[in-house]
Amino acid sequence: MVNRVIVGAHYGLRGWMVQRVSAVVMALYVLLFVAILLFARPTNFGEWRALFAGQAMKLATLLFVASLILHSWVGMRDILMDYAKPTGLRLALEILVAVLLAAWLFWAAQILWSVG
Amino acid sequence: MLKRAPRPKYLDVVRIRLPVPGLVSILHRISGLGLFFAIPFLLWLFQLSISSPDNYVRYRAVFAHPIAKLILIGLLWALFHHLFAGIRFLLMDVHVGLELQRTRANSVIVLVAAVVCTIACGVLLW
Repeated sequence: MVNRVIVGAHYGLRGWMVQRVSAVVMALYVLLFVAILLFARPTNFGEWRALFAGQAMKLATLLFVASLILHSWVGMRDILMDYAKPTGLRLALEILVAVLLAAWLFWAAQILWSVG
Repeated sequence: MLKRAPRPKYLDVVRIRLPVPGLVSILHRISGLGLFFAIPFLLWLFQLSISSPDNYVRYRAVFAHPIAKLILIGLLWALFHHLFAGIRFLLMDVHVGLELQRTRANSVIVLVAAVVCTIACGVLLW
């Protein structure tokens, strides 16, 4: 028999951890991105687009967006748990947020890989 | 025996005097919510900027509009506040700056740094 404990301080630890790991990933990407901007100083369409031409930049940016999506999910879930008290309303809003976040992740991937 | 003045207990939002760390905390939540709603707007701008030379011109036009600039500067504040307050929370996780005096001081630093960075970037953008 699996002994599942559904109360206690550890419950929600995974969300807490996701929030911190994704935060660090995003902070590192922001630093990297500002450094690239200061180094390359793109001033026109061609130079701006060229920044995202390489596979490494595409993957780093997608990792950033994925972290943003996970981070937003945990944060929005926290907010909904605090203010949307009726279970039905909360469930509906959580589903809406999850669907929006998933769509935004695919949209970001589509934008990135449309850059030749 | 020591007599204490009766202390009011209420959870009336407009009457609570929020301590500075509390202000940093609620602004962390509000800025996070704002950034969530900004995601599709920013993805759209990113797509405009990178999909074709014509769209790049449209992106520049959107960016040049004063209202768009004001919104972006507001989002910059949200980003800076969320980032700095987040770094403060990560430091608290590893027990840095937990004493009352320090936690008040680093809360003020977070608030001021976010505003200063926003003004600096806002001047550059405008």
